[in-house]
Amino acid sequence: MFDVNEIRKDFPILERTVNGQPLIYFDNAATSQTPNQVIEVISNYYRNYNSNIHRGVHALSQEATDVYENARQKIQHHFNAARAHEIIFTSGTTHSINIVASGYSKLLQAGDELIVSAMEHHSNIVPWQMLCDRTGAILKVIPMDQAGVLDIDAYKDLLSKKTKLVFVNHVSNALGTVNPIEEIIKLAHISGAKVLIDGAQASPHIKADVQALEVDYYVTSAHKLCGPTGVGMLYGKEELLSQLPPYQGGGEMIAEVSFEKTTYADLPHKFEAGTPNIAGGIAFGAALDYMNAIGFETIAAYEQELLIYATEQLKEIDGVKIYGEAPQKTAVISFNVDEIHPYDIGSILDKMGIAVRTGHHCAQPIMDFYKIPGTIRISFSFYNTEKEIDTLIKGLKKAILMLK
Amino acid sequence: MSIQEIQEEVIEEFEIFEDWMQRYEHMIDLGKSLPLIADEFKTEDNIIKGCQSKVWVHAELKNDQLEFTADSDAIITKGIIAILIRVFSNQHPKDILAAETDFIDQIGLKEHLSPTRANGLVSMIKQIKMYAIAFQTQLN
Repeated sequence: MFDVNEIRKDFPILERTVNGQPLIYFDNAATSQTPNQVIEVISNYYRNYNSNIHRGVHALSQEATDVYENARQKIQHHFNAARAHEIIFTSGTTHSINIVASGYSKLLQAGDELIVSAMEHHSNIVPWQMLCDRTGAILKVIPMDQAGVLDIDAYKDLLSKKTKLVFVNHVSNALGTVNPIEEIIKLAHISGAKVLIDGAQASPHIKADVQALEVDYYVTSAHKLCGPTGVGMLYGKEELLSQLPPYQGGGEMIAEVSFEKTTYADLPHKFEAGTPNIAGGIAFGAALDYMNAIGFETIAAYEQELLIYATEQLKEIDGVKIYGEAPQKTAVISFNVDEIHPYDIGSILDKMGIAVRTGHHCAQPIMDFYKIPGTIRISFSFYNTEKEIDTLIKGLKKAILMLK
Repeated sequence: MSIQEIQEEVIEEFEIFEDWMQRYEHMIDLGKSLPLIADEFKTEDNIIKGCQSKVWVHAELKNDQLEFTADSDAIITKGIIAILIRVFSNQHPKDILAAETDFIDQIGLKEHLSPTRANGLVSMIKQIKMYAIAFQTQLN
């Protein structure tokens, strides 16, 4: 039985105050908080078996290697990848996308087409623009409507034999829209294109099955789902990752090195140059254990209750306009109040101990679409409560009075 | 009044407020009295980078003193820039360059000085000092 008050005890940060008020953390889409169970795993690593992996013959190194590789398997099972070596540890979603974008530099030709959606984070736009600059490939954009839903008919029209890659987020960070990635992937495959799904915003709420999706690449960051910052993953189908050249050179990623010729290591090490974030990788596994013990369906159902509750309350306030009203949303609400600048409201909420995000959320094309400078974004996690939403609503009303 | 004297006056003015809400309300009021920049100077060139809200600042030299006008699309940001303009406007460029900015801490706006803070108070001060350098060079 899900009991939010019990869950909250796992998160020590939720006990602190900000500006003299109990912290209300509604910026979960930026980063989630870390439970004791994960903090202890990190602490235990440095206290008991900190050592470099994959090389040492000594006991500590072997222990660390075992636990690190075990974390890779946890990630593999969580996302239902066919093989552990299809999971590449990276520093996060941005790094993962750059590995793939860089890898296609020699695989594309001028005039090839790439398709992106209108609701991407900058990290799923810029690496591909850089790839287009290097190769002469052309970037096409799937449009969206006012509700924040992608136009799949327009997508069908964009697809052609020239399309080589499609990259779309599973969930939009600024709007919360859950995109129909099954359909997007199927349609791309019919055209012969490969698909990368940015799962950073979906992973805390939705358990993706990469084999069922038949997705070519799926990427995410641990810190969005109760893990630490600085670690993430790139899932790629074995035959595709094998074709991609390494992204960085260095130790760990080689088979043999001489000054005449170096041969690269097999997957996954080919993409894991240098000493990795060992504690981070292990903690990523622990974070998945923690969330799976609660259950993703339980988490999503509870968060949906919060989403509906907050949306209803917000709509009762005069002048509130919500951006992103797709039928399928994660617990994210982007909004503005009349002509008040989001920054003003965010600053005042901060003084009340309420953490929200304001600005363009690294998704400027979306803000341009709505012709606004930015929004206030509140994003919920399973440790938030309706009582916290009541406090937010009260605080928001106070802020509006001050600013009008 | 010298920059130092105006700073002391601002500090005194903020001391009477008992909590952050009164301070912010005062800043919002100050924002409304900001000497507004003429539309012709509200150009891309005059936008201060590093702010989540848009901030325009323009400077003119009058009788060896710099006069600032500004605007922002966020009202709290306007309040902050209004305080800065009150402190630095109608002063000699070399005095502006020499001035300390510790008073920001003392009026309880320290949080706006953090480099992560998206309002770019640091960028605003930098821009004001850049204008002072530019006009000081003209005067030499």
